[in-house]
Amino acid sequence: MRFLIYLSDYIIPFLFFYIVGMGLFSKQQVFDDFISGAKEGFKVVLDIMPTLIGLMVAIGIMRASGLLQIISGLLSPFTDKLHFPSEAVPLVIIKMFSSSAATSLLLDIFKEHGPDSFLGRLTSIILSSTETIFYTLAVYFMAAGVKKIRYTLIGCLLTTLTGVIVSTIVTRLVFG
Amino acid sequence: MLNYLWGFMIVLGITVGVLRGEIAAVSNATINSSKEAVSLCITMLGIMAMWTGIMQVAKKAGLVAAFTKAIRPVIRFLYPDIPKDHIVNEYIASNMIANILGLGWAATPMGLMAMKELRALNKNSEVASPDMCTLLIINISSLQLIPVNIIAYRSQYGSVNPAEIIGCGLIATVCSTFVGVVFSAIARRRVKRSMMKGSSR
Repeated sequence: MRFLIYLSDYIIPFLFFYIVGMGLFSKQQVFDDFISGAKEGFKVVLDIMPTLIGLMVAIGIMRASGLLQIISGLLSPFTDKLHFPSEAVPLVIIKMFSSSAATSLLLDIFKEHGPDSFLGRLTSIILSSTETIFYTLAVYFMAAGVKKIRYTLIGCLLTTLTGVIVSTIVTRLVFG
Repeated sequence: MLNYLWGFMIVLGITVGVLRGEIAAVSNATINSSKEAVSLCITMLGIMAMWTGIMQVAKKAGLVAAFTKAIRPVIRFLYPDIPKDHIVNEYIASNMIANILGLGWAATPMGLMAMKELRALNKNSEVASPDMCTLLIINISSLQLIPVNIIAYRSQYGSVNPAEIIGCGLIATVCSTFVGVVFSAIARRRVKRSMMKGSSR
C-alpha cells in the first residue's frame, strides 16, 4: 500500500507540470492566467472566513467546556465494537449537515491529536471523501421545485457510509 | 439549520462549562478560537489561490473543456434517458469536472443549471426524476481528486507531509462513487419497471 503515499507525493507536481506545460504548448500567457485565477481564490477564502470564525468559536467552547469529550464518551461503547474511534463520530454526523462545522471539528482533532496521528489522518481522509448531504439536497431540489425525492437520500447515505468504511480500512492498512 | 446547530453548540457548551467549573477555559477558548480561525484563513489564502491560479491556467490551455468533452460517454452511461444533444449534458459534465478538480464553488452553479433543465424535462413534476436522483447521488458520493482545503489545514497544524492523504482519499472517493453509480442504475431500473406496470393497468 506504500504506492498510495508515492502517488500522493507525485500528483501535485505532476499536475503543475502537465498544466503549465500544456499552457506553454498552446501559447497562453501562463503567468498572467495564474495571477487572475489566484485572485478568485482570495475571494473564495474571504467569503468563508466569517463562517469559519463563528464555527471555530463554537467548537472551541464545546471542547473547553468538556462537552465534546462527554459526547465521545457516550458513543465509545458502541463505536469500540465497530473498531471506529468515537472521537470521529461527531465529525461524520456533522459533515452531513455542514461542511464548515465539520472542518472546525477536524481542526479540533488536529489540535488535540496532531494531523499525523491515526485519528488525524483518518478524519482528513473521511472529510475528503464525503459531502454535505442535507445542505446539497435542499439547495438542488429547491432549484428543481421537487418535493418527493424518491431514493435519493438512501443513495446518498449509502455512498457516505461507503466512504467512511473504506477510509477506515485504507487508513489502517496504509498508516496503521 | 445551521442557525439551530450553532446556537445549541454555544448554549450547551457554556452550560456544560459552568456546571463543570471550566468557565475560565471556555472564556479563553472563545477568544483564542477566533484568532486561530484567522491564522488558518491566511494559510488557506495561499494554498487556495495557488489552486485556483493553476486551474485558471488549465482553463485557458483548453484542458477543462477537453476533460468536459472527454467525459461525455460517462454522462451518456449515467443518464441514458436524457436526449443526446440536450444542453443539460453540458451542464452535468461541467458540474462533474468542477467537482473532480475541487472547485466546489464553480460546481454548484452548474449543478443548479442542470437541475433547472432536468425540471423542464421532468415536466415540472414535484416528484424527482431518476436523472435528478443520479445527479445528487453522484455529487454527494464526492468526486474530488485533490482535497486542497484539507491539505491546507494539515499544513497549518504542522503535518510533516500534508499531502500524504491524497492516495487514500482517492481510493475512498472512487469506492463511494462506484457504490453511488451502481445504486443509481439499479434504482432507475426499478422506477422504470414500476412505471411500466402502472401504465399497463
